[in-house]
Amino acid sequence: MNKLWIIARKEWAEVFKNRFVLFTVAFLPLIFTALPLIMLATMGESGDLEGLASDDMPTRFAELCEGMKGPECGQYFIVSQFMLLFMMMPLAIPVTIASYSIVGEKTRRTLEPLLATPISTLSLLGGKALAAILPAILVTWLGFGVFVVGAAVITGGGGLLAGILDALWLIAIFVVGPLLALAAVSVAVMVSSRANDPRVAEQLSMLVILPLLGLFFGQVTGLILVNQRVIIWMAIGMAVLDIGLMVLATQIFQREAILTRWK
Amino acid sequence: MIVMEGLSKRFGDTQAVLDLSLEVSQGEIFGFLGPNGAGKTTTIRMLGALIAPSSGTATVAGYALEREDTQIRQRVGILTESPGLYDRLSAERNLSFFAHLYDVSDVETQVERYLRMLGLWDRRHEAAATFSKGMRQKLAIARALLHEPQVLFLDEPTSGLDPEMARLVREFITELKGEGRTIFLCTHNLNEADRLCDRIAVFNTRLLAVDTPTALRQRLYDRKVVFHLRHATSEYVRLVEGFEFVNNIERVDEKLVVGLENPDDQNPILVKALVEVGAEIQYVGELRRSLEDVYLQLVQ
Repeated sequence: MNKLWIIARKEWAEVFKNRFVLFTVAFLPLIFTALPLIMLATMGESGDLEGLASDDMPTRFAELCEGMKGPECGQYFIVSQFMLLFMMMPLAIPVTIASYSIVGEKTRRTLEPLLATPISTLSLLGGKALAAILPAILVTWLGFGVFVVGAAVITGGGGLLAGILDALWLIAIFVVGPLLALAAVSVAVMVSSRANDPRVAEQLSMLVILPLLGLFFGQVTGLILVNQRVIIWMAIGMAVLDIGLMVLATQIFQREAILTRWK
Repeated sequence: MIVMEGLSKRFGDTQAVLDLSLEVSQGEIFGFLGPNGAGKTTTIRMLGALIAPSSGTATVAGYALEREDTQIRQRVGILTESPGLYDRLSAERNLSFFAHLYDVSDVETQVERYLRMLGLWDRRHEAAATFSKGMRQKLAIARALLHEPQVLFLDEPTSGLDPEMARLVREFITELKGEGRTIFLCTHNLNEADRLCDRIAVFNTRLLAVDTPTALRQRLYDRKVVFHLRHATSEYVRLVEGFEFVNNIERVDEKLVVGLENPDDQNPILVKALVEVGAEIQYVGELRRSLEDVYLQLVQ
């Protein structure tokens, strides 16, 4: 059996018995999926949305509303904020798992027997990263699927659904999301290789969410327009960044330092 | 099976291990004794290819340290000071995880074999967190043996165990020696080392002495024989003193404590002489210095 899978399966068997981690993995997608659906359902065909489309929405956002009629652009503007959150979801969830993965092994004194096995650092970290990323991505995609179905039922299809299923958001959720997750996990693994407390590791690792929050608020305030071009550049940038972070994480993970500097 | 030449390890300003040269043969139980902080665990970690030496070389199971670390890890089993089990996982899952990492060919069979051997089979589905200290230690021993290592490093294997459990573990270690495995045993329990080990190294950052327990005693102390008499008199003391081979003699109550080079040959001569002058000998025994005396003498 591939060593990556051996590590990942052990992580899942262990981590999902931790109620806190289970709650983190389940709660965020539930909220991020339910909230936009509730908003869509309550907004309906409200005339205010036409006003929003013309008055309060960042003017550059109208570029994305091509083919939408009346209040749909307003609905799409509000929903698009949540689409960014869908992109953020696979970043937040695995950080919790990954932060516990190395520091947790350290504090429970299980890391030494593990490092005594013939497993390579790459397989060990890869397995831990996989264990953190995969559930987050699957849960995000599942949440997105539920959201798409819910949105179709609530709005009866039309321009808004087409907007949600635009290549922009599909790339964001199916490509950029996993790449962001990989970056977050690499950072979490790096931090937890050096930290001695899982809480510290998690808090430091969560800092990787800040740039994405900046993107979120940039779009809300109209400073940034997240369009297809931005997303494609983000995907390319993240792919390059991920490779660098993974190499760095493997180099930072020094077996000797981890074993001998335990306190 | 294990060869060390000038092995040293330094952490910053601290010299943990200095110029350690030793050879441990196949099938040998080798005791590694020393005070806390002497560098025993560091030595085990170096030999288990967990940390790199600062200088010196070593081969373990025929593979060179630093150049063939993966092969070494595949062939050694390490029982760490703390059992280091995954508490949320069952005993069976703990073992099968490690069996897969060691590329054990038939994981299920091997896991079952060791769970049964160590008396944990009936509780295989229970989480390790529910186990007593002794059971956790047994599970950790099973984990160290799953891949049938040629060399076993055992760091305090009976530490904190009740006497019955400690005895079981010691018997198990003896069985492992019978299978031809080489066992490198770190322990503070000097009685245990005395009973189990073929040879013992006393170590405190550097190697202080290495030999069989008996030879270490002889190296530091004369062999002394105690003659228990019904009535000890000064006449008997003078008689014994008269023999050239007697190193020293001391009268303690009704006993004569005699220092001899070679009691096996010299005891019969002394017994005969004493009986001839009317001494009533109740019994004769050797005054055996404890390994603790030897250890303290060397370490202090």
